[in-house]
Amino acid sequence: MTDLVLARSLFGTTMGFHIIYASLGVGIPLMILLAELIFQKTKDPHYAIMAKRWTKAQAVLLGVAIPTGTIAGTQLALLWPGFMEVIGKVMSLPFQIEIYAFFIEALFMSIYVYAADRLSPAMRIITVIFVVIGAAASAILITNVHAFEGTPAGFQMVNGEITNIEPWKAFFNPSFVVTATHVVLSAFTTGAFVIASVAAFKMLKTRKNEKLYTFHRKALFLGLIVGGLFSFLTALNGHESAQLLYEYQPEKLAGAEGLFETQSHAPLAIGGFTDANTQEIKGAIEIPWALSFLAGNSFDTVVKGLNDFPRDEWPPLFIHTLFNGMVIIGSLLIFFAVLALFYRKILKREHYPKWLLVLYLFGGPLSLLAIEFGWIFACTGRQPWVIYRMLKTSEVVTSSGSIGTLFILFAIVYLILGIATVIVLTYYFRKHSIEEDLRLTES
Amino acid sequence: MDVTTDALIAITILWGFVFIYAVMASMDFGAGFWSMIYMNKEQTKAANIANKYLSPTWEVTNVFIVAIVVALFSLFPGATFVLGTVLLIPGSIILLLLALRSGFLVFSHSLPKKYRKAVTYISGISGFIIPSILIMVLPITHGGFIFQENNVYSLDLGLVFTSANVYSFVGFAIFSTLFLSSLLLADFSNVANEDEAYNIYRRGALITGPLSLMMAFFIMLTLRSEANWLFTKMMQNIPILLVSLLMFLLAGLALFLPNSRFKHRKGRPRLAVIAITIQYFLASYVYGHAHLPYMAYPDITIMSGFTDPVTFRALFITYIVGFIILFPGFYFFWKLFMKDKRYIRQED
Ligand code: HDD
Ligand code: HEM
Ligand code: HEM
Repeated sequence: MTDLVLARSLFGTTMGFHIIYASLGVGIPLMILLAELIFQKTKDPHYAIMAKRWTKAQAVLLGVAIPTGTIAGTQLALLWPGFMEVIGKVMSLPFQIEIYAFFIEALFMSIYVYAADRLSPAMRIITVIFVVIGAAASAILITNVHAFEGTPAGFQMVNGEITNIEPWKAFFNPSFVVTATHVVLSAFTTGAFVIASVAAFKMLKTRKNEKLYTFHRKALFLGLIVGGLFSFLTALNGHESAQLLYEYQPEKLAGAEGLFETQSHAPLAIGGFTDANTQEIKGAIEIPWALSFLAGNSFDTVVKGLNDFPRDEWPPLFIHTLFNGMVIIGSLLIFFAVLALFYRKILKREHYPKWLLVLYLFGGPLSLLAIEFGWIFACTGRQPWVIYRMLKTSEVVTSSGSIGTLFILFAIVYLILGIATVIVLTYYFRKHSIEEDLRLTES
Repeated sequence: MDVTTDALIAITILWGFVFIYAVMASMDFGAGFWSMIYMNKEQTKAANIANKYLSPTWEVTNVFIVAIVVALFSLFPGATFVLGTVLLIPGSIILLLLALRSGFLVFSHSLPKKYRKAVTYISGISGFIIPSILIMVLPITHGGFIFQENNVYSLDLGLVFTSANVYSFVGFAIFSTLFLSSLLLADFSNVANEDEAYNIYRRGALITGPLSLMMAFFIMLTLRSEANWLFTKMMQNIPILLVSLLMFLLAGLALFLPNSRFKHRKGRPRLAVIAITIQYFLASYVYGHAHLPYMAYPDITIMSGFTDPVTFRALFITYIVGFIILFPGFYFFWKLFMKDKRYIRQED
């Protein structure tokens, strides 16, 4: 394997690992905030207990989110020195502002975790609001760098020299708003569905214990409602993201849909595998005219096919599967939430059937999977460019070698941290049961 | 190329972050080390005190590493290209250790006692290995270790690990980490009213202080032969170095003065902490000043690595705005954890 492939694998692994913790770090604080707010409004101690327990979980997750993020940030400079040289000159504002977001989140998270008992309810809520703002802002700002890679703006390359730099124009590059919104919405979705998954799991185990069941039912419902709302918004905004691809990175959209020939009334392919030799998608369900409509809101929109682009600038064709995976999961999540509403509000059931709970068990893992699919689609679909039509990935990779060894070492450390997270969380919550928390609030 | 004011401001910002991180991280890593050493002494509160300091601060300290990396590549992208290339291996080792340490540090709060021990060892041992590797970046920039061939930069690790100067820096990093953290923890236990912990940390400071001073002398001694350009330039500021030495002695003296509030305790730790912070500030100012204009001797100066002036101005504005926004947050944080006696004296 070449250094380039190894560097990509290493960086992709780092990001794929960081994003699990990072998305939860954006999503769970929102759930904590909502639980705190509901508690202040209803005085139902269950919500206070939820806020407390989720905070504990979040504090453990941060223990990995922060160091892996630190790795991500430093690895950008270590693995892609050529890329960071350009970013430093043109697009360093988001990184710089992100530092302030990190400080806000780190300061207020520490305050919330270690000093909650000394804060008034109003101060507690303000503190969590700052945590949510800090985390969401971190996500928005780092995503902006990714957006810039896809739709670069605010500079010119003349004979390999960077000139005419306008840092704020680069900051407000064409896909910034839509992409950053997508990432934050999908992180909120994920946080909520992960909470719902845990609640569903507990409900399956506590069917006999009415008190515990009620506690988890409230958490499940909150998770599904919040998750449902945000997954709906994610899908709407995802549609806008796709339209941006149509406008700015047409070969990525063509790759995502396995479209070879430029055409109007283009069909939307769901499922199947793209075959470059026969130039068709094997085993897909095709919805006629739908892609044209998605891309430009009318059936006669002309969508560019891969054959319009030089072969060596095609994105890898498997991104079709990743894109499909994300969209299918997104639709499923919306459906999950609608089902819960139907049971609670229309059928007015106190108990959910077992099959439904089993379904909900998958909501959290599926939304995390959608995030992984989405990111790998977005980053790999940009290949061979690291900055679209400006700079190739092969031009920016480090020249120092021995990346293979590092890849193995980092993978081992991620494995250890991943397993430890699961063990620590299970141990802690088994030892500090909800019964105990309930008893504490009752006395 | 002449050095511009912009570039000087930029290197001052970067240096400021490095300085703050060096102080905060010394306390952070040192606290981890001490909580390992005193872990088994059930009767003392020393380990407890160290943990109490460590828990809320590591996160904030960690942001400073990120702040340094970001300041480096946004203010000096040209230098980042070379440093990023040659530091792949040492940088990755630091990252791996940091990840394990931060992760397990946080995990340890949720684990039963018997596992907590193993975790405390991880955090304690990495607590002095990380600073030793981090500090190697300094001698590496002094020249003689980075080579260039066909525009490809590389680091000769063999030379790094056989240099007496590098080892002096490493020794200095270890002892000064322990020294700074003992001093701070002594001050913290003084506020917490823990006599025994106070005595332990005061003694720790009295032992590690002279050792770190000795290492500083070793650094100068080896610098003279290995990076004479830097040594000569540092010596031009000898008056400041002497004031710095004086501050060190003052800190030592402060540990023997009568305690202002409690008759039976010896020493004024707060005064010692302040004196030592000034001492570090002065000494690192002299070092940094002598290092200019080179970021990595002799190839990269602050001018050759400097960012675009337009970008610099935009960044500079965010630094000012960011500082104004964050200052109240830092104040609130400090009040809650460093000053609030309810937190410091809390039993757990
Ligand atoms: C819970 C996660 C989740 C869900 C349910 C969805 N997405 Fe997504 N999507 C992401 C999580 C995500 C992401 C991981 O956050 C990405 C990766 C890069 C980015 O900006 O956001 C992303 C990227 C991304 C892109 C690529 C942007 C680019 O390459 O620049 C498009 C076109 C869409 N999404 C479209 C959709 C559509 C039409 C959805 C319909 C349901 C959808 N997404 C659901
Ligand atoms: C957090 C979720 C992310 C995941 C899972 C992810 C995944 C990946 C993967 C798999 C690659 C390798 C691509 C390939 O060679 O096929 C990659 C490359 C890359 N990504 Fe991302 N990425 C994420 C976020 C980001 C963000 C926010 C940025 C912007 C700062 C970014 C910048 C890059 C760069 C610079 C490369 C290397 C150059 C390249 O291959 O184009 N990534 N990422
Ligand atoms: C878009 C995907 C990403 C999201 C949603 C995300 C979000 C987060 C969140 C919520 C945290 C914890 C914040 C804190 O407590 O300080 C975090 C930490 C961090 N992330 Fe990411 N991140 C993403 C991608 C990246 C990338 C690509 C990089 C590197 C360039 C990065 C660098 C960092 C750093 C350096 C930290 C640690 C900050 C600290 O020390 O507190 N992140 N990220």
